[in-house]
Amino acid sequence: MSMSRAKGAIPGVTGAAKTDFAVLLPYRAGPSGAAQSLLFSRWMTSAQPWVLVSLLGIALLWPVTAMAQSNYSLTQATDALWRWMPFLVVGGFSQNILISFMTMAIGTLGGVLLGLWQVSKLTPLRRFAWFITQLFRNSPWLVLLFIVMLAFPFEIKIGSTIIAIPDWMKAVFGLSLPIMANISEIVRGAIQSVPTGQWEAAESLAYSRSQTMWRIILPQCFKRMIPPWMNWYAILTMATPLVSLLGVEEIVTLSRQAMEAEDNHPELLMPFYGFALVIFFAYCYPIARITIALERKFQVKL
Amino acid sequence: MLEAFQTFFRELADTYPKWNFIFFYDPSQWDRVISGLWVTIQLSVVCVILSVLIGVGGAWLQGSPLRLVRNFVAGYIQFFRNTPPLIQLLFFYFALGQFTPTYSPDGWLEVPIISNVGWAIISLSFFAGAFNVEIFRSGIESVPESTIEAAESLGMSRLQIYIYVVMPLAFRVSLPALNNNLVNLVKTTTQALAIAVPELLYEMVSIYNDYSTAQNASMLVLFVVYIVLVGILVLGMNRWERSMKIPGYGS
Repeated sequence: MSMSRAKGAIPGVTGAAKTDFAVLLPYRAGPSGAAQSLLFSRWMTSAQPWVLVSLLGIALLWPVTAMAQSNYSLTQATDALWRWMPFLVVGGFSQNILISFMTMAIGTLGGVLLGLWQVSKLTPLRRFAWFITQLFRNSPWLVLLFIVMLAFPFEIKIGSTIIAIPDWMKAVFGLSLPIMANISEIVRGAIQSVPTGQWEAAESLAYSRSQTMWRIILPQCFKRMIPPWMNWYAILTMATPLVSLLGVEEIVTLSRQAMEAEDNHPELLMPFYGFALVIFFAYCYPIARITIALERKFQVKL
Repeated sequence: MLEAFQTFFRELADTYPKWNFIFFYDPSQWDRVISGLWVTIQLSVVCVILSVLIGVGGAWLQGSPLRLVRNFVAGYIQFFRNTPPLIQLLFFYFALGQFTPTYSPDGWLEVPIISNVGWAIISLSFFAGAFNVEIFRSGIESVPESTIEAAESLGMSRLQIYIYVVMPLAFRVSLPALNNNLVNLVKTTTQALAIAVPELLYEMVSIYNDYSTAQNASMLVLFVVYIVLVGILVLGMNRWERSMKIPGYGS
Protein backbone atom coordinates (compact mmCIF):
# COMPACT_ATOMS: atom_id res chain seq x y z
CA MET A 1 0.00 0.00 0.00
CA SER A 2 1.43 3.27 -1.00
CA MET A 3 0.21 6.25 0.90
CA SER A 4 1.80 9.61 0.94
CA ARG A 5 1.38 11.25 4.28
CA ALA A 6 2.20 14.82 5.07
CA LYS A 7 4.80 15.36 7.72
CA GLY A 8 3.43 16.01 11.14
CA ALA A 9 0.02 14.55 10.33
CA ILE A 10 -1.76 12.73 13.12
CA PRO A 11 -2.40 9.10 12.14
CA GLY A 12 -6.07 8.28 12.15
CA VAL A 13 -7.09 11.92 12.28
CA THR A 14 -5.55 13.84 9.40
CA GLY A 15 -4.33 10.76 7.55
CA ALA A 16 -4.81 7.03 7.45
CA ALA A 17 -4.01 5.19 10.66
CA LYS A 18 -0.87 3.09 10.68
CA THR A 19 -1.80 -0.50 11.32
CA ASP A 20 -0.28 -3.93 11.41
CA PHE A 21 -3.49 -5.47 10.18
CA ALA A 22 -3.53 -6.00 6.47
CA VAL A 23 -6.97 -5.25 5.11
CA LEU A 24 -6.70 -7.87 2.41
CA LEU A 25 -4.19 -10.51 1.46
CA PRO A 26 -3.23 -11.04 -2.17
CA TYR A 27 -5.72 -12.90 -4.33
CA ARG A 28 -4.10 -16.13 -5.34
CA ALA A 29 -6.19 -17.35 -8.24
CA GLY A 30 -3.83 -15.71 -10.68
CA PRO A 31 -4.43 -12.82 -13.02
CA SER A 32 -7.98 -13.52 -14.04
CA GLY A 33 -8.48 -11.47 -17.13
CA ALA A 34 -5.08 -12.28 -18.56
CA ALA A 35 -4.95 -14.95 -21.21
CA GLN A 36 -1.87 -16.34 -19.51
CA SER A 37 -3.61 -17.42 -16.38
CA LEU A 38 -3.43 -21.15 -16.00
CA LEU A 39 -6.69 -21.42 -14.12
CA PHE A 40 -7.78 -24.49 -16.02
CA SER A 41 -4.57 -26.45 -15.57
CA ARG A 42 -4.18 -25.38 -11.99
CA TRP A 43 -7.66 -26.52 -11.18
CA MET A 44 -7.19 -29.75 -12.94
CA THR A 45 -3.95 -30.60 -11.17
CA SER A 46 -5.53 -29.92 -7.84
CA ALA A 47 -7.58 -33.06 -8.50
CA GLN A 48 -6.52 -36.05 -6.48
CA PRO A 49 -6.09 -39.49 -8.05
CA TRP A 50 -9.20 -40.62 -6.19
CA VAL A 51 -11.22 -38.34 -8.44
CA LEU A 52 -10.60 -40.63 -11.38
CA VAL A 53 -11.68 -43.62 -9.35
CA SER A 54 -14.80 -41.92 -8.06
CA LEU A 55 -15.71 -40.68 -11.55
CA LEU A 56 -15.60 -44.24 -12.75
CA GLY A 57 -17.55 -45.31 -9.69
CA ILE A 58 -20.36 -42.82 -10.29
CA ALA A 59 -20.53 -43.83 -13.94
CA LEU A 60 -20.86 -47.50 -13.09
CA LEU A 61 -22.78 -47.60 -9.83
CA TRP A 62 -25.68 -45.35 -10.65
CA PRO A 63 -27.50 -47.81 -12.94
CA VAL A 64 -27.18 -50.55 -10.34
CA THR A 65 -29.25 -48.62 -7.86
CA ALA A 66 -31.60 -47.03 -10.35
CA MET A 67 -32.33 -49.93 -12.68
CA ALA A 68 -32.07 -52.95 -10.45
CA GLN A 69 -35.44 -54.26 -11.63
CA SER A 70 -34.76 -54.11 -15.36
CA ASN A 71 -33.92 -57.24 -17.31
CA TYR A 72 -30.89 -55.75 -19.05
CA SER A 73 -28.27 -56.09 -16.38
CA LEU A 74 -25.32 -53.91 -15.60
CA THR A 75 -22.90 -56.67 -16.46
CA GLN A 76 -24.38 -56.83 -19.93
CA ALA A 77 -23.96 -53.07 -20.26
CA THR A 78 -20.37 -53.13 -19.10
CA ASP A 79 -19.71 -56.11 -21.38
CA ALA A 80 -21.03 -54.03 -24.25
CA LEU A 81 -18.77 -51.17 -23.27
CA TRP A 82 -15.83 -53.56 -23.03
CA ARG A 83 -16.56 -54.88 -26.52
CA TRP A 84 -16.84 -51.40 -28.02
CA MET A 85 -13.98 -49.86 -26.10
CA PRO A 86 -11.21 -50.53 -28.69
CA PHE A 87 -13.46 -49.10 -31.38
CA LEU A 88 -14.28 -46.02 -29.29
CA VAL A 89 -10.64 -45.37 -28.49
CA VAL A 90 -9.10 -46.14 -31.88
CA GLY A 91 -11.86 -44.75 -34.06
CA GLY A 92 -13.20 -42.06 -31.76
CA PHE A 93 -10.82 -40.69 -29.22
CA SER A 94 -7.84 -40.79 -31.57
CA GLN A 95 -9.90 -38.60 -33.89
CA ASN A 96 -10.38 -36.11 -31.04
CA ILE A 97 -6.65 -36.04 -30.52
CA LEU A 98 -5.98 -35.61 -34.23
CA ILE A 99 -8.43 -32.71 -34.37
CA SER A 100 -6.83 -31.12 -31.32
CA PHE A 101 -3.30 -31.45 -32.78
CA MET A 102 -4.26 -29.97 -36.13
CA THR A 103 -6.25 -27.18 -34.52
CA MET A 104 -3.38 -26.32 -32.23
CA ALA A 105 -0.95 -26.24 -35.15
CA ILE A 106 -3.11 -23.92 -37.24
CA GLY A 107 -4.19 -21.86 -34.25
CA THR A 108 -0.60 -21.38 -33.13
CA LEU A 109 0.58 -20.22 -36.54
CA GLY A 110 -2.28 -17.76 -36.85
CA GLY A 111 -2.05 -16.72 -33.22
CA VAL A 112 1.66 -15.94 -33.30
CA LEU A 113 1.17 -13.83 -36.40
CA LEU A 114 -1.77 -11.96 -34.86
CA GLY A 115 0.08 -11.53 -31.58
CA LEU A 116 3.09 -10.02 -33.33
CA TRP A 117 0.77 -7.73 -35.27
CA GLN A 118 -0.79 -6.65 -32.00
CA VAL A 119 2.51 -5.11 -30.90
CA SER A 120 3.29 -3.74 -34.35
CA LYS A 121 4.33 -0.13 -34.81
CA LEU A 122 1.81 0.26 -37.63
CA THR A 123 -1.38 1.54 -36.05
CA PRO A 124 -3.87 0.14 -38.63
CA LEU A 125 -2.25 -3.29 -38.43
CA ARG A 126 -2.27 -3.20 -34.63
CA ARG A 127 -5.91 -2.13 -34.55
CA PHE A 128 -6.86 -4.81 -37.05
CA ALA A 129 -5.09 -7.55 -35.08
CA TRP A 130 -6.67 -6.34 -31.85
CA PHE A 131 -10.11 -6.35 -33.48
CA ILE A 132 -9.75 -9.87 -34.90
CA THR A 133 -8.44 -11.14 -31.58
CA GLN A 134 -11.32 -9.67 -29.58
CA LEU A 135 -13.86 -10.79 -32.17
CA PHE A 136 -12.90 -14.45 -31.99
CA ARG A 137 -12.11 -14.48 -28.30
CA ASN A 138 -15.57 -13.24 -27.41
CA SER A 139 -17.73 -15.37 -29.67
CA PRO A 140 -19.04 -18.79 -28.65
CA TRP A 141 -17.02 -21.68 -30.05
CA LEU A 142 -20.08 -23.50 -31.25
CA VAL A 143 -21.27 -20.51 -33.29
CA LEU A 144 -17.87 -20.25 -34.97
CA LEU A 145 -17.93 -23.98 -35.66
CA PHE A 146 -21.35 -23.79 -37.28
CA ILE A 147 -20.35 -20.81 -39.41
CA VAL A 148 -17.15 -22.44 -40.65
CA MET A 149 -18.82 -25.79 -41.27
CA LEU A 150 -21.43 -24.15 -43.47
CA ALA A 151 -19.37 -21.44 -45.10
CA PHE A 152 -16.47 -23.65 -46.12
CA PRO A 153 -16.71 -25.55 -49.40
CA PHE A 154 -16.51 -29.32 -49.15
CA GLU A 155 -14.02 -29.44 -51.99
CA ILE A 156 -11.58 -27.04 -53.58
CA LYS A 157 -10.78 -27.02 -57.26
CA ILE A 158 -7.21 -26.21 -58.17
CA GLY A 159 -6.97 -26.38 -61.94
CA SER A 160 -8.45 -29.73 -62.79
CA THR A 161 -7.70 -31.51 -59.51
CA ILE A 162 -10.44 -31.55 -56.94
CA ILE A 163 -9.30 -31.67 -53.37
CA ALA A 164 -12.02 -32.86 -51.02
CA ILE A 165 -12.01 -31.32 -47.56
CA PRO A 166 -13.22 -33.85 -45.01
CA ASP A 167 -15.65 -32.43 -42.48
CA TRP A 168 -13.27 -32.99 -39.57
CA MET A 169 -10.82 -30.70 -41.34
CA LYS A 170 -13.49 -28.04 -41.51
CA ALA A 171 -14.09 -28.53 -37.81
CA VAL A 172 -10.37 -27.96 -37.31
CA PHE A 173 -10.62 -24.60 -39.08
CA GLY A 174 -13.62 -23.67 -36.97
CA LEU A 175 -11.95 -24.54 -33.68
CA SER A 176 -8.68 -22.90 -34.64
CA LEU A 177 -10.31 -19.45 -34.82
CA PRO A 178 -10.87 -19.02 -31.05
CA ILE A 179 -7.57 -20.78 -30.33
CA MET A 180 -5.81 -18.38 -32.66
CA ALA A 181 -7.32 -15.39 -30.86
CA ASN A 182 -6.34 -16.70 -27.44
CA ILE A 183 -2.81 -17.53 -28.51
CA SER A 184 -2.55 -14.06 -29.97
CA GLU A 185 -3.28 -12.71 -26.49
CA ILE A 186 -0.66 -15.03 -24.98
CA VAL A 187 1.96 -13.78 -27.43
CA ARG A 188 1.07 -10.15 -26.87
CA GLY A 189 1.10 -10.60 -23.09
CA ALA A 190 4.45 -12.41 -23.17
CA ILE A 191 6.07 -9.75 -25.35
CA GLN A 192 4.76 -6.98 -23.14
CA SER A 193 5.93 -8.78 -20.01
CA VAL A 194 9.57 -8.34 -21.10
CA PRO A 195 10.87 -5.22 -19.34
CA THR A 196 11.29 -2.16 -21.56
CA GLY A 197 14.91 -2.02 -20.42
CA GLN A 198 15.61 -4.92 -22.74
CA TRP A 199 14.31 -2.97 -25.72
CA GLU A 200 16.35 0.03 -24.76
CA ALA A 201 19.49 -2.01 -24.20
CA ALA A 202 19.07 -3.64 -27.62
CA GLU A 203 18.50 -0.27 -29.21
CA SER A 204 21.69 1.07 -27.68
CA LEU A 205 23.52 -1.86 -29.25
CA ALA A 206 22.11 -0.74 -32.62
CA TYR A 207 19.75 -3.65 -33.09
CA SER A 208 16.90 -2.92 -35.44
CA ARG A 209 13.34 -3.43 -34.25
CA SER A 210 12.91 -6.76 -35.97
CA GLN A 211 16.33 -7.93 -34.80
CA THR A 212 15.42 -6.99 -31.24
CA MET A 213 12.17 -8.86 -31.57
CA TRP A 214 13.59 -12.07 -33.01
CA ARG A 215 16.95 -12.23 -31.21
CA ILE A 216 16.21 -10.72 -27.83
CA ILE A 217 12.55 -10.49 -26.96
CA LEU A 218 11.03 -13.63 -28.47
CA PRO A 219 13.65 -16.08 -27.13
CA GLN A 220 12.79 -14.82 -23.64
CA CYS A 221 9.06 -14.98 -24.33
CA PHE A 222 9.20 -18.50 -25.61
CA LYS A 223 9.62 -20.08 -22.21
CA ARG A 224 6.86 -17.96 -20.76
CA MET A 225 4.47 -18.88 -23.53
CA ILE A 226 4.83 -22.64 -23.19
CA PRO A 227 2.69 -23.16 -20.04
CA PRO A 228 -0.28 -21.02 -21.16
CA TRP A 229 -0.03 -22.59 -24.59
CA MET A 230 -0.34 -26.06 -23.09
CA ASN A 231 -3.15 -24.82 -20.90
CA TRP A 232 -5.05 -23.87 -24.03
CA TYR A 233 -4.29 -27.22 -25.53
CA ALA A 234 -6.02 -28.91 -22.60
CA ILE A 235 -9.00 -26.56 -22.89
CA LEU A 236 -9.19 -27.27 -26.61
CA THR A 237 -9.09 -31.02 -26.12
CA MET A 238 -11.98 -30.70 -23.70
CA ALA A 239 -13.87 -28.76 -26.37
CA THR A 240 -13.40 -31.26 -29.19
CA PRO A 241 -16.62 -33.21 -28.42
CA LEU A 242 -18.43 -30.11 -29.73
CA VAL A 243 -17.72 -31.24 -33.27
CA SER A 244 -20.01 -34.23 -32.73
CA LEU A 245 -22.93 -31.77 -32.92
CA LEU A 246 -21.94 -31.22 -36.54
CA GLY A 247 -21.77 -34.89 -37.33
CA VAL A 248 -18.00 -35.23 -37.34
CA GLU A 249 -16.89 -38.68 -36.28
CA GLU A 250 -15.35 -38.63 -32.84
CA ILE A 251 -15.87 -40.28 -29.49
CA VAL A 252 -19.36 -38.96 -28.70
CA THR A 253 -20.65 -39.66 -32.21
CA LEU A 254 -19.27 -43.19 -32.10
CA SER A 255 -20.57 -43.79 -28.58
CA ARG A 256 -24.05 -42.94 -29.82
CA GLN A 257 -23.67 -45.28 -32.78
CA ALA A 258 -22.37 -48.04 -30.55
CA MET A 259 -25.33 -47.62 -28.20
CA GLU A 260 -27.70 -47.80 -31.16
CA ALA A 261 -26.01 -50.99 -32.28
CA GLU A 262 -26.63 -52.37 -28.79
CA ASP A 263 -30.37 -51.71 -29.08
CA ASN A 264 -30.34 -48.41 -27.19
CA HIS A 265 -30.83 -49.82 -23.72
CA PRO A 266 -30.96 -46.89 -21.30
CA GLU A 267 -28.54 -48.75 -19.04
CA LEU A 268 -25.86 -48.27 -21.68
CA LEU A 269 -25.92 -44.49 -21.37
CA MET A 270 -24.14 -44.35 -18.05
CA PRO A 271 -21.18 -46.59 -18.90
CA PHE A 272 -20.71 -45.10 -22.37
CA TYR A 273 -20.95 -41.42 -21.48
CA GLY A 274 -19.13 -42.16 -18.24
CA PHE A 275 -16.31 -43.70 -20.25
CA ALA A 276 -16.12 -40.58 -22.42
CA LEU A 277 -15.92 -38.40 -19.31
CA VAL A 278 -13.18 -40.54 -17.81
CA ILE A 279 -11.05 -40.80 -20.94
CA PHE A 280 -10.98 -37.02 -21.39
CA PHE A 281 -10.03 -36.57 -17.79
CA ALA A 282 -7.31 -39.21 -18.05
CA TYR A 283 -5.85 -37.53 -21.12
CA CYS A 284 -5.96 -33.93 -19.88
CA TYR A 285 -4.83 -34.54 -16.32
CA PRO A 286 -1.16 -35.37 -17.13
CA ILE A 287 -1.02 -32.41 -19.52
CA ALA A 288 -2.23 -30.10 -16.79
CA ARG A 289 0.34 -31.53 -14.38
CA ILE A 290 3.19 -30.97 -16.86
CA THR A 291 1.91 -27.45 -17.54
CA ILE A 292 2.04 -26.54 -13.87
CA ALA A 293 5.47 -28.14 -13.47
CA LEU A 294 6.81 -26.23 -16.48
CA GLU A 295 5.34 -23.01 -15.21
CA ARG A 296 7.12 -23.47 -11.92
CA LYS A 297 10.36 -24.26 -13.76
CA PHE A 298 10.15 -21.27 -16.10
CA GLN A 299 8.98 -18.86 -13.45
CA VAL A 300 10.61 -15.48 -13.77
CA LYS A 301 12.78 -14.94 -10.75
CA LEU A 302 12.61 -11.44 -9.49
CA MET B 1 -40.13 2.53 -42.36
CA LEU B 2 -40.71 -1.07 -41.50
CA GLU B 3 -42.26 -1.63 -44.90
CA ALA B 4 -39.19 -0.18 -46.64
CA PHE B 5 -36.94 -2.34 -44.46
CA GLN B 6 -38.86 -5.49 -45.37
CA THR B 7 -39.00 -4.62 -49.05
CA PHE B 8 -35.26 -4.00 -49.08
CA PHE B 9 -34.46 -7.45 -47.73
CA ARG B 10 -37.06 -9.11 -49.92
CA GLU B 11 -35.49 -7.53 -52.99
CA LEU B 12 -32.02 -8.40 -51.73
CA ALA B 13 -33.13 -12.03 -51.52
CA ASP B 14 -34.47 -11.84 -55.05
CA THR B 15 -31.29 -10.36 -56.52
CA TYR B 16 -28.84 -12.37 -54.43
CA PRO B 17 -30.48 -15.69 -53.59
CA LYS B 18 -27.53 -16.60 -51.34
CA TRP B 19 -28.31 -13.70 -49.01
CA ASN B 20 -31.86 -14.40 -48.07
CA PHE B 21 -32.43 -12.57 -44.77
CA ILE B 22 -35.79 -14.27 -44.48
CA PHE B 23 -36.34 -13.31 -40.85
CA PHE B 24 -36.17 -9.62 -41.73
CA TYR B 25 -39.28 -9.74 -43.90
CA ASP B 26 -41.16 -12.86 -42.85
CA PRO B 27 -42.85 -12.16 -39.50
CA SER B 28 -43.10 -15.83 -38.51
CA GLN B 29 -39.35 -16.33 -38.97
CA TRP B 30 -38.70 -13.08 -37.14
CA ASP B 31 -40.70 -14.44 -34.22
CA ARG B 32 -38.51 -17.53 -34.19
CA VAL B 33 -35.36 -15.43 -33.98
CA ILE B 34 -36.81 -13.30 -31.21
CA SER B 35 -38.03 -16.31 -29.24
CA GLY B 36 -34.59 -17.90 -29.60
CA LEU B 37 -32.90 -14.73 -28.41
CA TRP B 38 -35.32 -14.53 -25.50
CA VAL B 39 -34.61 -18.13 -24.47
CA THR B 40 -30.86 -17.47 -24.69
CA ILE B 41 -31.18 -14.40 -22.48
CA GLN B 42 -33.42 -16.19 -19.98
CA LEU B 43 -31.14 -19.21 -19.90
CA SER B 44 -28.10 -17.00 -19.39
CA VAL B 45 -29.68 -14.93 -16.63
CA VAL B 46 -31.05 -17.92 -14.72
CA CYS B 47 -27.76 -19.84 -15.02
CA VAL B 48 -25.70 -16.82 -13.97
CA ILE B 49 -27.83 -16.28 -10.86
CA LEU B 50 -27.92 -19.97 -9.92
CA SER B 51 -24.21 -20.47 -10.51
CA VAL B 52 -23.32 -17.47 -8.34
CA LEU B 53 -25.58 -18.83 -5.59
CA ILE B 54 -23.93 -22.25 -5.93
CA GLY B 55 -20.54 -20.56 -5.79
CA VAL B 56 -21.36 -18.61 -2.63
CA GLY B 57 -22.97 -21.61 -0.94
CA GLY B 58 -20.22 -24.00 -1.98
CA ALA B 59 -17.48 -21.68 -0.80
CA TRP B 60 -19.23 -21.43 2.57
CA LEU B 61 -19.54 -25.20 2.81
CA GLN B 62 -15.85 -25.56 1.95
CA GLY B 63 -15.01 -23.75 5.15
CA SER B 64 -17.18 -26.14 7.13
CA PRO B 65 -15.66 -27.87 10.16
CA LEU B 66 -17.13 -31.18 8.93
CA ARG B 67 -14.68 -33.17 6.83
CA LEU B 68 -17.44 -35.02 5.01
CA VAL B 69 -19.02 -31.79 3.77
CA ARG B 70 -15.68 -30.45 2.59
CA ASN B 71 -14.92 -33.65 0.70
CA PHE B 72 -18.35 -33.63 -0.89
CA VAL B 73 -17.84 -30.10 -2.22
CA ALA B 74 -14.35 -31.02 -3.43
CA GLY B 75 -15.73 -34.02 -5.29
CA TYR B 76 -18.44 -31.91 -6.90
CA ILE B 77 -15.90 -29.34 -8.10
CA GLN B 78 -13.56 -31.97 -9.49
CA PHE B 79 -16.32 -33.71 -11.39
CA PHE B 80 -17.65 -30.60 -13.08
CA ARG B 81 -14.53 -28.72 -13.94
CA ASN B 82 -12.55 -31.64 -15.29
CA THR B 83 -15.05 -32.88 -17.84
CA PRO B 84 -16.35 -31.23 -21.03
CA PRO B 85 -19.61 -29.32 -20.50
CA LEU B 86 -21.12 -30.87 -23.61
CA ILE B 87 -20.71 -34.37 -22.25
CA GLN B 88 -22.10 -33.16 -18.91
CA LEU B 89 -25.21 -31.91 -20.71
CA LEU B 90 -25.68 -35.18 -22.57
CA PHE B 91 -24.96 -37.14 -19.42
CA PHE B 92 -27.51 -35.16 -17.39
CA TYR B 93 -30.24 -35.13 -19.99
CA PHE B 94 -29.98 -38.60 -21.48
CA ALA B 95 -28.52 -40.60 -18.62
CA LEU B 96 -29.92 -38.97 -15.47
CA GLY B 97 -33.07 -37.85 -17.29
CA GLN B 98 -33.99 -41.53 -17.70
CA PHE B 99 -34.44 -41.93 -13.99
CA THR B 100 -36.44 -38.85 -13.07
CA PRO B 101 -40.12 -39.42 -12.28
CA THR B 102 -42.73 -38.43 -14.84
CA TYR B 103 -46.16 -36.85 -14.53
CA SER B 104 -49.19 -36.68 -16.76
CA PRO B 105 -50.66 -33.25 -17.40
CA ASP B 106 -53.60 -34.61 -19.44
CA GLY B 107 -53.78 -38.26 -18.44
CA TRP B 108 -52.22 -39.49 -21.69
CA LEU B 109 -48.80 -37.99 -22.08
CA GLU B 110 -45.98 -38.94 -19.76
CA VAL B 111 -43.85 -35.87 -19.25
CA PRO B 112 -40.67 -35.97 -17.15
CA ILE B 113 -40.76 -33.43 -14.35
CA ILE B 114 -37.50 -31.91 -15.54
CA SER B 115 -37.67 -30.77 -19.17
CA ASN B 116 -34.67 -30.35 -21.45
CA VAL B 117 -34.58 -26.66 -20.56
CA GLY B 118 -34.56 -27.67 -16.91
CA TRP B 119 -31.65 -30.03 -17.44
CA ALA B 120 -29.77 -27.39 -19.40
CA ILE B 121 -30.21 -24.94 -16.53
CA ILE B 122 -29.15 -27.53 -13.95
CA SER B 123 -26.17 -28.75 -15.91
CA LEU B 124 -24.87 -25.34 -16.96
CA SER B 125 -25.39 -23.82 -13.51
CA PHE B 126 -23.54 -26.62 -11.82
CA PHE B 127 -20.79 -26.41 -14.43
CA ALA B 128 -20.22 -22.68 -13.90
CA GLY B 129 -20.96 -23.03 -10.19
CA ALA B 130 -18.03 -25.39 -9.73
CA PHE B 131 -15.70 -22.71 -11.07
CA ASN B 132 -17.43 -20.06 -8.97
CA VAL B 133 -16.84 -22.04 -5.78
CA GLU B 134 -13.11 -21.99 -6.46
CA ILE B 135 -13.17 -18.32 -7.42
CA PHE B 136 -14.98 -17.35 -4.21
CA ARG B 137 -12.76 -19.60 -2.13
CA SER B 138 -9.67 -17.77 -3.39
CA GLY B 139 -11.42 -14.51 -2.58
CA ILE B 140 -12.26 -15.68 0.93
CA GLU B 141 -8.67 -16.75 1.47
CA SER B 142 -7.59 -13.19 0.82
CA VAL B 143 -9.56 -11.99 3.85
CA PRO B 144 -7.05 -12.01 6.70
CA GLU B 145 -7.54 -14.16 9.77
CA SER B 146 -7.31 -11.08 11.97
CA THR B 147 -10.39 -9.53 10.37
CA ILE B 148 -12.39 -12.68 11.05
CA GLU B 149 -11.09 -12.82 14.61
CA ALA B 150 -12.10 -9.22 15.08
CA ALA B 151 -15.60 -10.06 13.93
CA GLU B 152 -15.64 -13.09 16.20
CA SER B 153 -14.65 -10.98 19.16
CA LEU B 154 -17.69 -8.82 18.45
CA GLY B 155 -19.80 -11.93 19.02
CA MET B 156 -20.79 -12.63 15.42
CA SER B 157 -21.73 -16.15 14.43
CA ARG B 158 -19.99 -18.02 11.60
CA LEU B 159 -22.84 -17.27 9.20
CA GLN B 160 -22.96 -13.62 10.22
CA ILE B 161 -19.21 -13.25 9.73
CA TYR B 162 -19.56 -14.85 6.33
CA ILE B 163 -22.41 -12.61 5.19
CA TYR B 164 -21.40 -9.28 6.71
CA VAL B 165 -17.61 -9.37 6.83
CA VAL B 166 -16.00 -11.99 4.62
CA MET B 167 -18.26 -11.99 1.60
CA PRO B 168 -18.37 -8.22 0.93
CA LEU B 169 -14.57 -8.18 0.87
CA ALA B 170 -14.10 -11.48 -0.92
CA PHE B 171 -16.70 -10.66 -3.54
CA ARG B 172 -14.90 -7.51 -4.60
CA VAL B 173 -11.60 -9.31 -4.80
CA SER B 174 -12.92 -12.19 -6.86
CA LEU B 175 -15.05 -10.07 -9.19
CA PRO B 176 -12.62 -10.04 -12.17
CA ALA B 177 -12.32 -13.83 -12.19
CA LEU B 178 -16.06 -14.18 -11.65
CA ASN B 179 -16.80 -11.95 -14.62
CA ASN B 180 -14.57 -14.02 -16.83
CA ASN B 181 -16.36 -17.16 -15.81
CA LEU B 182 -19.82 -15.68 -16.29
CA VAL B 183 -18.96 -14.48 -19.79
CA ASN B 184 -17.75 -17.99 -20.48
CA LEU B 185 -21.04 -19.37 -19.15
CA VAL B 186 -23.07 -17.22 -21.54
CA LYS B 187 -20.96 -18.56 -24.40
CA THR B 188 -21.49 -22.11 -23.16
CA THR B 189 -25.30 -21.75 -23.27
CA THR B 190 -25.03 -22.35 -27.03
CA GLN B 191 -24.17 -25.95 -26.23
CA ALA B 192 -27.72 -26.48 -24.97
CA LEU B 193 -28.42 -27.02 -28.66
CA ALA B 194 -27.27 -30.59 -28.08
CA ILE B 195 -30.40 -31.35 -26.05
CA ALA B 196 -32.73 -29.33 -28.31
CA VAL B 197 -33.23 -26.31 -26.06
CA PRO B 198 -34.79 -23.73 -28.40
CA GLU B 199 -32.20 -21.00 -27.85
CA LEU B 200 -30.82 -18.67 -30.50
CA LEU B 201 -28.36 -21.05 -32.13
CA TYR B 202 -31.00 -23.78 -32.29
CA GLU B 203 -33.56 -21.46 -33.89
CA MET B 204 -31.06 -20.14 -36.40
CA VAL B 205 -29.98 -23.64 -37.35
CA SER B 206 -33.58 -24.71 -37.81
CA ILE B 207 -34.31 -21.63 -39.93
CA TYR B 208 -31.58 -22.52 -42.39
CA ASN B 209 -32.67 -26.12 -42.30
CA ASP B 210 -36.08 -24.95 -43.47
CA TYR B 211 -34.81 -22.33 -45.93
CA SER B 212 -31.45 -23.35 -47.32
CA THR B 213 -31.04 -19.97 -49.04
CA ALA B 214 -31.02 -18.29 -45.63
CA GLN B 215 -27.84 -20.09 -44.62
CA ASN B 216 -25.31 -17.27 -45.03
CA ALA B 217 -27.71 -14.67 -43.72
CA SER B 218 -28.64 -16.58 -40.59
CA MET B 219 -25.02 -17.40 -39.77
CA LEU B 220 -24.02 -13.77 -40.21
CA VAL B 221 -26.83 -12.49 -38.01
CA LEU B 222 -26.13 -15.20 -35.44
CA PHE B 223 -22.48 -14.20 -35.22
CA VAL B 224 -23.28 -10.50 -34.93
CA VAL B 225 -25.95 -11.08 -32.29
CA TYR B 226 -23.60 -13.11 -30.10
CA ILE B 227 -20.80 -10.59 -30.48
CA VAL B 228 -23.19 -7.84 -29.41
CA LEU B 229 -24.58 -9.90 -26.51
CA VAL B 230 -21.16 -10.84 -25.17
CA GLY B 231 -19.89 -7.31 -25.86
CA ILE B 232 -22.66 -5.76 -23.76
CA LEU B 233 -21.98 -8.24 -20.98
CA VAL B 234 -18.22 -7.61 -21.01
CA LEU B 235 -18.67 -3.84 -21.02
CA GLY B 236 -21.23 -3.98 -18.23
CA MET B 237 -19.06 -6.27 -16.15
CA ASN B 238 -16.02 -4.04 -16.63
CA ARG B 239 -17.94 -1.01 -15.42
CA TRP B 240 -19.21 -2.96 -12.43
CA GLU B 241 -15.68 -4.15 -11.71
CA ARG B 242 -14.41 -0.58 -11.76
CA SER B 243 -17.15 0.67 -9.46
CA MET B 244 -16.57 -2.20 -6.99
CA LYS B 245 -12.79 -1.83 -7.00
CA ILE B 246 -11.18 -1.63 -3.57
CA PRO B 247 -9.07 1.53 -3.56
CA GLY B 248 -5.39 0.77 -3.30
CA TYR B 249 -5.84 -2.96 -3.81
CA GLY B 250 -4.16 -4.63 -6.76
CA SER B 251 -2.29 -2.76 -9.42
